[in-house]
Amino acid sequence: MTRRQPIATGSDWNFEILDAFEGEIARLADEYRLDTYPNQIEVITTEQMMDAYASVGMPVGYHHWSFGKQFLAVEQAYRRGQMGLAYELVINSDPCIAYLMEENTLMMQVLVMAHACYGHNSFFKGNYLFRTWTDASSIVDYLVFARKYISECEERHGVEAVEQLLDACHALQNYGVDRYKRPSPVSAAEEARRQKEREAHLQAQVNTLWRTIPGQPRGDALPGMADEEDPLGLHEGGRYPPEPQENLLYFIEKNAPLLAPWQREVVRIVRKLAQYFYPQRQTQVMNEGWACFWHYTLMNRLYEEGLVDEGLMLEFLQSHTSVVQQPAFDSPYFSGINPYALGFAIFTDLKRICEAPTQEDREWFPDTAGSDWRETLEFAMRNFKDESFIQQFLSPKVMRDLKLFMVVDDDQEEMLEVSAIHDERGYRRIRDALATQYALAVREPNIQVYSADIRGDRSLTLRHVQDGRRPLARSVYPVIRHLHQLWGFPVRLESVENDEVVRRYHWPLAEEERRD
Amino acid sequence: MTYFIDRRANAKHKSAVNRQRFLDRYRTHIKRSVEEAVNRRSITDMERGEKVSIPSRDISEPVFQHGPGGKRAIVAPGNKEFVEGDRLRRPGGGGGGDGAGEGGASNQGEGMDEFAFTLSREEFLDFVFDGLELPHLERKNLVDLDEVRQVRAGVSRDGTPARINIVRSMREAQARRIAMRAPIRRALREAREALAEEERKDPVLRNPARIAELKAEVERLEKRLEAVPFIDTYDLRYNNLIDQPQPSSKAVMFCVMDVSGSMTQAHKDIAKRFFLLLYLFLERNYEKVELVFVRHHTAAKEVDEEEFFYSRETGGTIVSSALTLVDEIIEARYPPGQWNLYVAQASDGDNWDDDSVACRELLVDRLMPRLQYFTYVEITPHAHQALWEEYERVEAEYDTRFAMRQIVEAADIYPVFRELFKRRVAV
Repeated sequence: MTRRQPIATGSDWNFEILDAFEGEIARLADEYRLDTYPNQIEVITTEQMMDAYASVGMPVGYHHWSFGKQFLAVEQAYRRGQMGLAYELVINSDPCIAYLMEENTLMMQVLVMAHACYGHNSFFKGNYLFRTWTDASSIVDYLVFARKYISECEERHGVEAVEQLLDACHALQNYGVDRYKRPSPVSAAEEARRQKEREAHLQAQVNTLWRTIPGQPRGDALPGMADEEDPLGLHEGGRYPPEPQENLLYFIEKNAPLLAPWQREVVRIVRKLAQYFYPQRQTQVMNEGWACFWHYTLMNRLYEEGLVDEGLMLEFLQSHTSVVQQPAFDSPYFSGINPYALGFAIFTDLKRICEAPTQEDREWFPDTAGSDWRETLEFAMRNFKDESFIQQFLSPKVMRDLKLFMVVDDDQEEMLEVSAIHDERGYRRIRDALATQYALAVREPNIQVYSADIRGDRSLTLRHVQDGRRPLARSVYPVIRHLHQLWGFPVRLESVENDEVVRRYHWPLAEEERRD
Repeated sequence: MTYFIDRRANAKHKSAVNRQRFLDRYRTHIKRSVEEAVNRRSITDMERGEKVSIPSRDISEPVFQHGPGGKRAIVAPGNKEFVEGDRLRRPGGGGGGDGAGEGGASNQGEGMDEFAFTLSREEFLDFVFDGLELPHLERKNLVDLDEVRQVRAGVSRDGTPARINIVRSMREAQARRIAMRAPIRRALREAREALAEEERKDPVLRNPARIAELKAEVERLEKRLEAVPFIDTYDLRYNNLIDQPQPSSKAVMFCVMDVSGSMTQAHKDIAKRFFLLLYLFLERNYEKVELVFVRHHTAAKEVDEEEFFYSRETGGTIVSSALTLVDEIIEARYPPGQWNLYVAQASDGDNWDDDSVACRELLVDRLMPRLQYFTYVEITPHAHQALWEEYERVEAEYDTRFAMRQIVEAADIYPVFRELFKRRVAV
C-alpha cells in the first residue's frame, strides 16, 4: 500500500499545484508510451472560453456574423446552466493548445489535463487521418494569414461583400474537402507569397477555359487530333469536367467564371479550414473515446499512487460518469448516441478483451484476444476512423451493455420495423449499421459536380446520388442559391437513384415558382 | 515539454466584433423585439438587457442535408422490450426520429423553433435609441467658469509642500550645486597646488608666511565648499495645477404633468413612459442628469417622483402656473450657462381658456430662449383645443427646438418618441 501523500487537497488550485500534477500525469503517460506534441496549457476566463467555443476552438479566426451567433448561443446555454464548459477545448496544433477555465475546481483542471493534453493530444499526433490531413505545426500560422487576408478584403471590398461570399462558402464547406490529396505544410509568410502568384496564374487558367466560344459548331476540328488550344477536347463535345468532382469548393475556386482573384482566395481559405476539420468530423467517437479512456486510466493511477485524495476522486468519478453516460432512446435526455460513451465503452472493452478474453471474444476477435492491450489500443487508435473502428472493434458485449437495437424506417411502410437487436442474430447487422451510420458518405448527401456547360449557357449541373431513396432536405434551395452566387450562372441539381434522375432542383427559379 | 500560460489578463471580448456583426445583420428583427419590450416594460424595468428571439429559419446556415423520407436504418441504445421483427408506430409523425445517430452538437440549433439570446443593457439601449439624437447637443459647449477641473500644467516655482515635484527639485539642486561649487573647487585646487609647490621647495627657500597664507586660504575654501547647501528653497519646484473651465455636461429635465381630474392613471402611465425614455436618453448624453417634477392643476407644485406619478386631484387646469414655476426654478437653481435645460410636458390638452395664450407668451418670451428642447405630448383621443393651437404657433417660431405630438394609446409612445428625436440632417 502506497503511503497517501496527495499533491493537494481541496478544490482550489494554483500554478504550482497544476504544474506538479501535470508533471505526474506526464510521467504516467510516458509509462504508457503516449506520444504527444508539447503542451501549451492556457488558463482562461469563462468569457474567453465562450469566445473559443464560438470560433470552433480556433485560437484566431476571421470575423463573421455566424461566430457571433455561436457566441450568443453558447452564452445563453451557459447562463442557463445547460452546458458545462469544462472539457473539450483542445486544438490540433504543435504545440497542442488546451484551455483550463479559471473557475474550474482542482479536480476539473487535473481531469482536463489528462483528457486533453494527453488523450486528445496523442490522438492528434497518432491517428492516420490527422497525420495525413492536417499539419499541426502550421495551422495557427495559417489562421493568422487567413484572418489578415480577410480583413484586408473587408477594407477593400466592404464587409458586406465579404460576408456574403463567406456565407456561400460556409454553406458548401463540407463539400470542400479533398479526400485523396494530402496538403503540404506551408508557413504564413510562404502562403502570402504564393497567394500572389496564385492570383495571376489561376485567373489565367480560368480565362483559358472560358475562352471556349459558345455555340462553336462541332466537328470542325479533326476528330482524334489533339489540339493544343483545346487539350480537353471541349470543342469536340467532351463533358467538362471529364470526371465528376466531389470537391465543390475546389471546383469553384478553379473554374467559376466570374469570381475575382480575391474571391477565389477566400474560397480557398474556407476550403483549407474545412480540410483541417475533416479528420475531426470522421473520428469523433474514437477521439473522445480515446481521451476518456486515458483520463480514466491516468486518474486512477494518480489515485493508486496516492497523489490525489478520496474527495477529488469521488468528484472525478461523478463527473466522468455523467460524461460517458448513454441515455436510452426513450429518455428525455436522449440526443443520439453519445460519442464519449460509445468510444469509451469500445476502448475499455478492447482492453478487457486483451487481458481477460471470454470464449465469445476468442471467436469474434481471434487475433486480438489475449494480445498486449497497450499495443492493440495503439493500433486501433492509429489506423482507423469511426466507421472502420466500429466495424472492427465493436464487441457483442458493448452492444449488450448499451442495449443497441436497429430500426428500419421506410417511408413506404406504415410502421417502423425493429430489424435487429443485441442478440446472436443481430450483432453483425447492428455493427454494420452503426458503422455505416458513422460513414460521412452516408451521413451527408453524396453530391458532386457533374458538368459545367462551357459551350452553352454556362450553367453548372450537380448530381446527388440518392441512397435508399433518401431525399434532400429543404435547405437544398438556400444552398444552391449560395452556389449560384459563386458560380454566377444557372445552377442545376439532379437527384439520381439507380442512374435515373428522380428529382431536379435549379436556381434561379422561374418567375411563377418564386411566388410559391 | 509543457508550459502554462496565464491568459486571463488578455483582451476579452474577442467575439465582440462577431457579436456586433450578428446584431447588425438581424437589426430589423431585434428592433422589433426592442420596440415591444419598451411598450411592455414598467419603469423600474427599463434598465435591463432584453431577451430577443429570432425564428431559427431566418438565422440558419443552410447545408446539404438529408430530408425525411426514403429508407434508412437507425441504431439506437436502450432497448428494453423489443425483439427482432417488432413493429412500432412512427414517433411524432413525419420527420421525427431525426438526430438519432447524428452524434454531436454540430447541428447548430437545427430543429429549434427560436434562436434566443440576451442583449446586454448597453446593446438594448443602443437599439432603443438607434438613430435618435438630442437636438442642439452642440449648443452647450459654452464654457462654464463655475465648473472647473484642475489639470497639470508643467511645474512652477511656488506652490504648497504637498505638490513638490521631487525629481525636478533635486535636478535643480544638483545643477545649482555644480554651478556654485565649480569656481570654489577651481580656486581650492589652485591653492592646494600652490601650497604643495611651496612645501616641495628646499626648506631654506620656503616662505612660511606664504604657506600659512595658503593654508588659511585652503581652509577657507573648504569651508565655503561645504557651505553650499544641498538643497535650497530656490531649488524647489512644484507641480503646477491650473483650473481649466469645463464645458458643461449637466442636464436637467423638467417633467411637467397635468394632474387634474381628467388625467387618468392610464394617461399618467403613458406620460411616465415618455418621461422615462427621455430620461434614459439624456443619461446617455450627459454626465449628470437631474430631474425636476412639476405637477399642476390650477396651481403648480414641485414634488417628488412618487407624488408626481401617483397623486390625482380634481378641478380645473391652469397650465401657465406650471410653466411659471419651471421658469422660477431655472432662475433659482439652474443657470442656463451651466445646464442643458429640457422640458417635457404631458397633458390631455384641457386648459382654462384664457390661459393658453399666457402659456404661449411665457414660452416665447421666457422659456424658449433658454431651453435646449421643449417637447409636448398631448395624451388624448379627442380633438385638440386652444392649448394645442397656441403651441402650434410656438412651434412655428421655434421649429427646431419645440416639438409636439399627440398620443392616443401606449403603443404610440415609442414611435412618437422616435419621431421627436429623429436624427436631423445637419443644415
